[in-house]
Amino acid sequence: MTALAHVPTGSGQSASPPAPRRGRHRLLPYLLLLPGAAWLLIFFAVPLVQLAAASLYDPSGSVTTGYAMTGAVGNYPAALQEYWPQLVRSFVYTGIALVLALLMGYPLAYGIAQKAGRWKNLLLVSVVAPMFTSFLVRTLAWKTILSDNGWLVGLLRDVHLLGPDGRLLATAGAVVLGLTYNFLPFLVLPLYASLERLDPRMLEAASDLYASPLRAFQKVTLPLSMPGLVAGTLLFFIPASGDYINAELLGTPRDNMIGNVIDSAFLVKLNYPQGAALSFLLMAAILAVVFVYLRKAGTEEVL
Amino acid sequence: MGSRFGRWIADRWVMGVALLVLGYLFLPIAVVIGLSFNRPSARNTYDFNEFTLDNWRNPCATSDMCDAVVRSAQIGFIATVVSTVLGTLMAFALVRHRFRGRAAINMLIFLPMATPELVMGTSLLSLFVAAQVPLGFWTIVIAHVMFCVSFVVVTVKARLAGMDRRLEEAAMDLYASEWQTFRRITLPLVLPGIVAAALLAFSLSFDDFIITNFNSATTVTFPMWVWGAAGRSIPPQVNVIGTAMFAIALLLVGASSLRGRRARRAALAVPVAAGRPAKRLS
Amino acid sequence: MRTMGHEAPAGDLRLANLTKKFGVFTAVDDLSLTIPQGSFFALLGASGCGKTTTLRMIAGLEEPTSGQVLLGDRDIARLRPYKRPVNTVFQSYALFPHLDITENVAFGLRRRGIRKVAEQVDRMLALVQLEGYGPRRPAQLSGGQQQRVALARALINHPQVLLLDEPLGALDLKLRRQMQIELKRIQTEVGITFVHVTHDQEEAMTMADTVAVMNAGKIEQLGAPADIYEFPATAFVANFLGQSNLLAGEASGTSGRDVLVSAHGGRFSVPAARARLARGPVFLGVRPEKLHLVATAAAVPAGHQHVGGVVTDASYVGVSTQYLVKTAWGSELSAFSANSGLGGQLPVGTPVVAHWDPRHAFLLPREPGEDDRTTPLLDEPVGVLP
Ligand SMILES: Nc1ncnc2c1ncn2[C@@H]1O[C@H](COP(=O)(O)OP(=O)(O)OP(=O)(O)O)[C@@H](O)[C@H]1O
Ligand SMILES: [Mg+2]
Repeated sequence: MTALAHVPTGSGQSASPPAPRRGRHRLLPYLLLLPGAAWLLIFFAVPLVQLAAASLYDPSGSVTTGYAMTGAVGNYPAALQEYWPQLVRSFVYTGIALVLALLMGYPLAYGIAQKAGRWKNLLLVSVVAPMFTSFLVRTLAWKTILSDNGWLVGLLRDVHLLGPDGRLLATAGAVVLGLTYNFLPFLVLPLYASLERLDPRMLEAASDLYASPLRAFQKVTLPLSMPGLVAGTLLFFIPASGDYINAELLGTPRDNMIGNVIDSAFLVKLNYPQGAALSFLLMAAILAVVFVYLRKAGTEEVL
Repeated sequence: MGSRFGRWIADRWVMGVALLVLGYLFLPIAVVIGLSFNRPSARNTYDFNEFTLDNWRNPCATSDMCDAVVRSAQIGFIATVVSTVLGTLMAFALVRHRFRGRAAINMLIFLPMATPELVMGTSLLSLFVAAQVPLGFWTIVIAHVMFCVSFVVVTVKARLAGMDRRLEEAAMDLYASEWQTFRRITLPLVLPGIVAAALLAFSLSFDDFIITNFNSATTVTFPMWVWGAAGRSIPPQVNVIGTAMFAIALLLVGASSLRGRRARRAALAVPVAAGRPAKRLS
Repeated sequence: MRTMGHEAPAGDLRLANLTKKFGVFTAVDDLSLTIPQGSFFALLGASGCGKTTTLRMIAGLEEPTSGQVLLGDRDIARLRPYKRPVNTVFQSYALFPHLDITENVAFGLRRRGIRKVAEQVDRMLALVQLEGYGPRRPAQLSGGQQQRVALARALINHPQVLLLDEPLGALDLKLRRQMQIELKRIQTEVGITFVHVTHDQEEAMTMADTVAVMNAGKIEQLGAPADIYEFPATAFVANFLGQSNLLAGEASGTSGRDVLVSAHGGRFSVPAARARLARGPVFLGVRPEKLHLVATAAAVPAGHQHVGGVVTDASYVGVSTQYLVKTAWGSELSAFSANSGLGGQLPVGTPVVAHWDPRHAFLLPREPGEDDRTTPLLDEPVGVLP
């Protein structure tokens, strides 16, 4: 208000209006989004609607004769009645595999993020590297490792951890092991990302403030790694619960998961309404579990 | 002394567990590599029998397997190019522009990553069947582009969001037009993200089984061929392909990190006498 | 040298009623000023007062909500940044991480189609004492080195106006002084208009021809450094640039060549030439180094004015001793006494008389109801609480 030396300017009043925004700029984001969004709409969203429709087809139709859209809501209870054991089994196996994966994945992620020093990058590549070989080839390798005349079974029989006729392959354990193995990297990577950002000085500060290592972990490390933990858990859980390759290659029909049922409904029995209904049941179950989990974990922003 | 030992353990047990888990991760890989050099004793057994290079000399023992590998590579290539272009454009729109409907677009990108492959595969199949689209090579490509796009968007977006806007402002301040700024600053800086996204897309596509299985009819990709063979007998050449894929991926990773390190070292090697008196501009 | 630069018609940089609003928040408020061609202009102000925003509008990186940016007679406020003969040294360096130092420095030349850059780049790197660093990447330089590259990258273009946003902030004191001298030398040599934002008052005072003190989006005062220091325009400036003892008083009008002031029961006078106003609520201001301490009122030199008090804190800082003197009404004045070797230090608790030459005092406007504004010793928490 009292600035002395302000220089008076002649055309003070003629405040020029802001330059007109070019129309091109308004449209540009939509042009950039259009192809990708259209692709996702047509080949992801629309099919989901189509799948929903298919789940309500009259089950008496067939692929060859065509289906009648009768709004047959009854497909759902029918499918559930017939296949609830497989659905439950899917989540039990995935749940056990998830616990195992957490027990292995947390120390692994923590070790790489905080303790590996200059080996950090190499170890990180090592976590991803096994994924470079084909999923199926890896799973078949487990079949070899677990086979009845393999060295592992021999060793376990020798130390009497396994009876003389005990097996590893074609058991529920083998399926869980396969699930744990194949989806472990999905759990480790996000966990690593959030543990990597953890400042080690915070743990020093915690121990300086009289926290035991266990307390420090519980009060500092764990809460701060929560976003990675939640993301990793979901990235593990979602694909694992829909998987049927492990159950098929490492288990027996007694270990079938819901994926096996859906696969055969579509590709063997050609019962589309049933397959579609089961697909939706699977998705609903996953969404329910995820929703409850996110509520509990309290970090909804990971989505 | 006991406490010192306890300390030593406390400091290292995490790393010990981590290495054990890494061992677990690599166990099947070791088996795959080993079996690729194995001459099977009888049909359908996996026991290590005898060292041989035959499998490597003659990776196409079954010609349809090599056809499947080639087909997977073709599909992977097309799906990678298309999904990388589409996803990169979307990432730019999301990071660099404000527009209405952002939340809906984000949802559309996020959902495919949160949906089980099984559901995507079956729903796409019901669409193709309902629309009477013949299944085959192109339906596989369509499916692969669909599930790769989201991963591309996320990868490129992360790189783009981490980029300092002020670099582009600095370029404009230094006489670079919008296009030159994009060409000289934005693109080179985002390129590693785009390359990473493309590699991710290719590996996702090449390795996909579940979605492909529903939308391929009689077209056979490499994972589908392995699936089919698993019911009968697996030729050792499958392990050759598995090992080769592993080796190629490792080479790519190794080469890129080596290049970065070499460039850094070269630059540091330049002898520098810091603190020399400033020469005057004449 | 000058042939390398833009040959646009010479001209002063003028900001006319420049305003920038971010939503409802006004970052720069109706700013008008003229920066003569070839001058070194320093912009000072508290963090967040709108300095960077002002520079960005001059550079073209921020579009003004209203107002003009004139270079000579040309309004450049709506030109794209790359069309302006203006370069910036960014507060955050903004070096291109994927280009080596040579290419960073050469960037502007190349964009203008100049092929032979090597010689100029070398000269520029020598100027900022970074010979031999050309092949490195920015990430391989220290903060101070990066800052010098940013400087070289802008200077090489010989713009008409160079905007510097705290360009020396990351340098150690010695290098900083060196770079200040270099900058000043380059500026006088090539005659570029420099607009220099800094938090370092000393830097602003020693380098600039003109200093502007900004507060909340407005310029509070603008002038030669010594003028601003000796005769601040507002209480904010008086305490932003150095410190001041500001006593709340009432001016009762002019008597002869003096303005009469009553404050805290005492009667004082200030030469009319050093009064911003002659009537109404005022601050009577005296700089701490102009406040002298003696033992008794009898020792006060003729013509000086004085207040009594008690020493409550004495801190020895080498070249001087800084005292806090508590007055009868409870305010604590600061006084710097040069350590010229005569007389010992006054112990805490000593009753003293603080006196000053009225020609060194100044009168500033004061909001009614505002009390004394005395700054505690900057690096001493003592004496803050009454
Ligand atoms: N893009 C923006 N959107 C909203 N507010 C902004 C934006 N840029 C700056 N501001 C606000 O405008 C004010 C002035 O910012 P500016 O960067 O000009 O400050 P400054 O004087 O340069 O401060 P410093 O000395 O800390 O660099 C600040 O209060 C800041 O929060
Ligand atoms: Mg600033």
